Amino acid sequence: MAQMNMIQALNSAMDIALSNDPYVVLMGEDIGYFGGVFRCTEGLQRKHGEHRVLDTPIAEGGIVATAIGMGVNGMRPVAEIQFADYIYPAFDQIVSELARLRHRSAGDFYAPITIRTPCGGGIRGGQTHSQSPEGIFTHVSGIKVVMPSNPYDAKGMLLSAIEDDDPVVFFEPKRIYNGPFDGDPDKPARPWSTHPKGEVPEGHYTVPIGKAEIVRQGNDATIITYGTMVHVAEAAAASSGIDAEIIDVRSMAPLDVDTLRTSVQKTGRCVIVHEATRFGGYGAELSATVQEECFWHLEAPIQRVTGWDTPYPHAFEWEYFPGQKRIINALRAVLEA
Amino acid sequence: MCQCLSNTRDMCKGRQMPIMYHSREGNLFSISGNLTTQYPQAVGWAMASAMKGEDNLAASWIGDGSTAEPDFHHALTFASVYQAPVILNVVNNQWAISTFQAFAGGTREPFAARGLGYGIPGIRVDGNDFLAVYAVTQWAAERARTGAGPTLIEHVTYRASAHSTSDDPSRYRPKEEFEAWPLGDPIKRLKQHLIQLGEWSDKQHEDLEKELDKHAADSWKEACTYGTMSEGPSLDPSNMFEDVFKEMPEHLKKQREQMLAEGDK
Ligand SMILES: Cc1ncc(C[n+]2csc(CCOP(=O)(O)OP(=O)(O)O)c2C)c(N)n1
Ligand SMILES: [Mg+2]
Repeated sequence: MAQMNMIQALNSAMDIALSNDPYVVLMGEDIGYFGGVFRCTEGLQRKHGEHRVLDTPIAEGGIVATAIGMGVNGMRPVAEIQFADYIYPAFDQIVSELARLRHRSAGDFYAPITIRTPCGGGIRGGQTHSQSPEGIFTHVSGIKVVMPSNPYDAKGMLLSAIEDDDPVVFFEPKRIYNGPFDGDPDKPARPWSTHPKGEVPEGHYTVPIGKAEIVRQGNDATIITYGTMVHVAEAAAASSGIDAEIIDVRSMAPLDVDTLRTSVQKTGRCVIVHEATRFGGYGAELSATVQEECFWHLEAPIQRVTGWDTPYPHAFEWEYFPGQKRIINALRAVLEA
Repeated sequence: MCQCLSNTRDMCKGRQMPIMYHSREGNLFSISGNLTTQYPQAVGWAMASAMKGEDNLAASWIGDGSTAEPDFHHALTFASVYQAPVILNVVNNQWAISTFQAFAGGTREPFAARGLGYGIPGIRVDGNDFLAVYAVTQWAAERARTGAGPTLIEHVTYRASAHSTSDDPSRYRPKEEFEAWPLGDPIKRLKQHLIQLGEWSDKQHEDLEKELDKHAADSWKEACTYGTMSEGPSLDPSNMFEDVFKEMPEHLKKQREQMLAEGDK
């Protein structure tokens, strides 16, 4: 075991994938010689060569399109989109092409590619470095969508994604690259070395896609969340003394319905938390699923705590960010109902 | 400066990162962080100007790296097809964060040459020569105003400092590269030229520099009195719900109330 932050864990996963499979290639803006703006690919071009770790032109649609072509021709590309906010120029290639290729060719063609992209706010990035667009992708049939919340899962899930024959959009919550974050920006930053999930095996292992994890056992209510908000929810449970069960969804599509059902049937109360906007967001899918699976066990209406339905405002990100206080208010609401 | 501080006089009301300012009166369009998106929008603006029978023209600037985005080609195609009164500029400062202009294909064929394929005059200018830039822009503007259509201008220059405050260029290029850059510093060059013409002196230049430094420092001080992100007066955070739509829909009104009630942090 080694101590790793999320950046190092992702780097380790890609290093192993490049070493184990000669058909794995990395591609993206500034990822090669420089090692990426968040340093996730640092040292990998030097170690594996320029033909395996490619700096690309600034053209996200081109990156995904050429990755698809390579994937169809037997390679296993891992594409980085520098910020999730810049994934939209690739949207057509992902939605119209990547997601449907296997289906439209009746299984004869497929592209086993992974698209990594940092998401989420809290770094004073304004509206074009803060978005959480996962719900836009979960709405598309044919792509898997995941978001790890710690270094251990980041490495294991990235290896699963790369080895998966289906395309995976892999969201990385950038606010917790360097340490878990409880939602309070005034507190000193905490490193991953203080968190058990900062312990990461150096060698190969996988964390399966399609499995949620219960990160806190509890009896009073279930919090369903993922990414950065897992840590905010944990802090909210701790500071409020509410005995909440917290589920880290990890894999948004496909979704681990069993874990959700078992928990909510036990607690009878459910709060859904994500940083993305609320209207038509992924929380609505979670809420509908819980309602369908647990209606006769629910003691209170399901609550959603989310980013507001506005663009991410640069100066007011902490008013926008769904912090501990809002989660506690929602927990109280489901408990008092 | 007020925009950079997201303060009470910020025209973006705290919604944009520093330097993403705009000016409705000055005809400076709102800046987006997404590269190249506004290049074809400038073409549309110019098309509208022509449709309305006005003689206004549009100008837009992108970087060398940004020419790789499909929006670059959208701009050139529409500008060519509709002969829009637009000046399309490529500021080739050699670097796109850590990647050299070669990663946008700029060393195979100059960016100016991309115009040819669309039937748009493409001009490559020494971007550190103030007078050359001025002259070529005048020429392109004249073309646009007289209905001769779009012009593509490649400004050859060099990004001397870091891409952003969190960038460290020494990781990807030699520290001395800028010193060796043959086209020099545009301000120094203009100064030398004017001194040779007898229109300017070292003393005048120094005085002007001092005056401008003072102007910047004074403006900054004044801007700070309208609030900084950490001190002084600040905007009401609930303004974030405004301008999402012209009229605030019910669900946003509800969310704003919730935010005010929870006094959130
Ligand atoms: C669509 C999109 N992709 C990626 C980025 C991230 N990014 C911001 S600036 C930049 C480099 C731009 O280089 P260039 O076009 O040469 O402009 P310069 O900064 O050199 O003026 C990149 C990749 C972005 N803002 N938008
Ligand atoms: Mg550039």
